[in-house]
Amino acid sequence: MQFFTQLLGDPLGFYRAHQLLLAQLGINALLTLSMYITLRAGMLTLANVGYMAVGAYVSVLLHVNGHVPLPVAVLAGALAAGLLAIPIGVPVLRLQGIFLAIATIGFGQVVVGAILNIPVTGEGRGLTVPDASSSLLPAYLSLAVVAYVLWRLAGTRLGKAWDAVREDALAAEAQGIDVARYRMLAFVLGAVLAGYAGALEAHINFFIDTSLYSFQRVVGVLVFATLGGIGRVAGPVVGSTILTALPEVIRFAQSYRDALYGVILIALVIFRPQGLLGGRVGIRRVGRRVKL
Amino acid sequence: MALASGVAATLLPQALNGIFTGSIYALFAVGYTLVFGVLDILNLAHSAVFMLGAVITYGLAVTLGLPFLLAALLATLGCAAVGYGIDLVAFRPLRHRGAPPISALLTSIGLALIFVNIAELRFGANSRALPASVALSGSVRLGSLVLEDSKIATLVLSLALAAALGWIVRRTRAGRAIRAVAENPRAAQLMGMDVDAVIAWTLVLTSALGAVAGILYGLSQHDINPFMGRDQIELKGLAVIVLGGMGSIRGAVVAGYLLGLAEVAALVFLGSNVSGGVAFVLLFLALVAFPGGILRGRSVARQV
Repeated sequence: MQFFTQLLGDPLGFYRAHQLLLAQLGINALLTLSMYITLRAGMLTLANVGYMAVGAYVSVLLHVNGHVPLPVAVLAGALAAGLLAIPIGVPVLRLQGIFLAIATIGFGQVVVGAILNIPVTGEGRGLTVPDASSSLLPAYLSLAVVAYVLWRLAGTRLGKAWDAVREDALAAEAQGIDVARYRMLAFVLGAVLAGYAGALEAHINFFIDTSLYSFQRVVGVLVFATLGGIGRVAGPVVGSTILTALPEVIRFAQSYRDALYGVILIALVIFRPQGLLGGRVGIRRVGRRVKL
Repeated sequence: MALASGVAATLLPQALNGIFTGSIYALFAVGYTLVFGVLDILNLAHSAVFMLGAVITYGLAVTLGLPFLLAALLATLGCAAVGYGIDLVAFRPLRHRGAPPISALLTSIGLALIFVNIAELRFGANSRALPASVALSGSVRLGSLVLEDSKIATLVLSLALAAALGWIVRRTRAGRAIRAVAENPRAAQLMGMDVDAVIAWTLVLTSALGAVAGILYGLSQHDINPFMGRDQIELKGLAVIVLGGMGSIRGAVVAGYLLGLAEVAALVFLGSNVSGGVAFVLLFLALVAFPGGILRGRSVARQV
């Protein structure tokens, strides 16, 4: 409970004590939104950690070894992830449901395997980021922009096309919507956002290695998104914020922390299976469409 | 000629290793795939049950000093009970509320976290091996080949148990109930079947198999720790059930052996750095070439 008393009673002290957590909250929210994009288009893809890794390593190598200015390096990382998503997406997006999920998990593993075998990435030893800074501004500014754009997307042609593709791809195709193109667009945009989040994360953490991009991590992101509810943009943000802060909030449980986290997760899901903010197109409906 | 026999001498033990790991993948995956076939749920707590099997066996055999076989049997029964608990806590409440399958993924992750945490508290985070005095530690020599007893047990038990599971599902009354629920739970309920009971027993059965897989893994790899189910086993189990065609027991067994052998082949021909990734490259290529799974075909409902 100390978490909340400090948050309310001593905000400045709270900020100092938890700056890294606060930065991580913003980054995890971005990452969860990257999964929201593909879920929104009706696809369960789990390649996000692979794209994060690409974004992180490209930006760190450009910035530290290539002395490229930081913002340029971060954007280049995001772009690299997006470019890689195109050749991956062409074959993979023919798959559906669980097959799509597994193939994209496979991709994430392959990226990690590649990093472990390319000398310039430090192989298993990881890379240090000497001028990392846990400044909150980049993550939160980007989060605000991305969330706003995704929110405004609902009424646009693109947003409606994604909804149509998710609800019934066959009907959408019959209406003249280029399903393959809109799926690819969601896949690539998700990759760019995941790459961007990975690049930002690398620059608050002083150090990156492949353990950041595990299967557990991407499943965690899926949990953030679905727990929050993917019916609206706020859902993934709320889900990732609650679950990212939770381990810190329940620090009092000490060595029982993971178990308590599990109990709370189960209770929340049983309490609201449609997601905490499951709204119009909550997990109830989207979940049915996004077939496992 | 000498070269050829030299190659054979190094390849054969490796191929056997592939078969042993394949057995464990297969045994782990048959339970995984059966739950998916019946419930359309990926039970991510399955890897934690795999771990519990090994950890509980270690606790009973080493800490309490029970005979190994008794310890393994008790651990398997304990994990079967855990399987019942998994359904009761994670799946049944959601089923009764008509929640989508994806929410059951989240609750099963929650349970996995709880199981791993408990194991960590009781067992410690370090990796341990069953002492040679406790477990099957002998070996059989076949010419230049040395076959460890634990690996022979792994091979025989995996095949026997997978075959038994296939027989149960295909030939027995309980199996018919499982297939009926897999095909259409509502119709099964209308026919007067206790769907909750069928699902609970499916989890009991699959969890027992998962526990045996964990015990055999701990035995033959000499590595038991609270995290042993995470990542590698979990991921490879997923790969195997997908390659085998979701819900197909026979497919899971075949794919388990294929993956075990493919990994060894990658290890031998490409080196240890890439062998882990090669499994997934293969999976990736296989899925792209055959979007419905390679051994697509008879899922649980259709295993007549």
